[in-house]
Amino acid sequence: MKIVTAYIIGLIFGLGISISGMSNPAKVLNFFDLAGSWDGSLGLVMAAALIVAFVGYKLVFAQNKPIFDVNFYVPANRKLDVKLLSGAAIFGIGWGISGFCPGGSLPAIGNGSIEIIQFTIALIAGIFLAKAALKLFTKTAPNS
Amino acid sequence: METLFTPYQALGGGALIGLASVLLMWTHGRIMGATGILAGFFTPSSLADWSWRAAILLGMVSAPVAYLLVSGNMPAFNVPVSTNMLVIGGLIVGCGVTLGSGCTSGHGVCGMARLSPRSIAATLTFMLTTAITVYIVRHILGM
Repeated sequence: MKIVTAYIIGLIFGLGISISGMSNPAKVLNFFDLAGSWDGSLGLVMAAALIVAFVGYKLVFAQNKPIFDVNFYVPANRKLDVKLLSGAAIFGIGWGISGFCPGGSLPAIGNGSIEIIQFTIALIAGIFLAKAALKLFTKTAPNS
Repeated sequence: METLFTPYQALGGGALIGLASVLLMWTHGRIMGATGILAGFFTPSSLADWSWRAAILLGMVSAPVAYLLVSGNMPAFNVPVSTNMLVIGGLIVGCGVTLGSGCTSGHGVCGMARLSPRSIAATLTFMLTTAITVYIVRHILGM
């Protein structure tokens, strides 16, 4: 039941991404191209997703625990740091170059195009590269 | 390349993204972040941890076919950048989301909906650097 629910949630997410245009790099890049062929659609995607999630989370967090687990896995850290902000800044550069964010690219794999396979392999390589670099860094600088 | 403003698809699709986020927290107690789910798929803490991640990813990947069955068309998909830009961009995205602990779904939707200061700061930062990058690529480099 837990697995079936997860599959359906993935499907709903993927349909939302597909319908909204978040998996279409041409549309995504145009949202950020204020000086050129601007398309404001993605602003509405973010707004609608946020409103639904904000209200829904309020209801969910009124419960003691999720249905299939003993507790909610929510990050407790609320402090800003250089790692967070530099990571976010770097992500934006990659998003601006490629037109894909991870959430947009994963459902697009189902389109079966060669471009999305190329991007996804690079994305996964980047994740492992950064994980390895972080490990190295925390080993050489134990006080950080 | 021009794209059409599609407000109804944007609002409907966005609402589904929000709904999926709420459902995952309600049932599994997890953040619906593509970065976290994907990274954990390759480095799971247990078989049970791997299987729900695999099921979500499978659901995501089957979405375009479900879309095709309902609408009769595949979702619109145009890649206006070169293969080099896709690969370099993908590597940079992978590094950035790992350092920054999340992407558009994890920070931009789930984190912002929880009013997390880290997610709000991360989202403002990546939205800004994305816009600057698109400006440089399109209007300064002319690519």
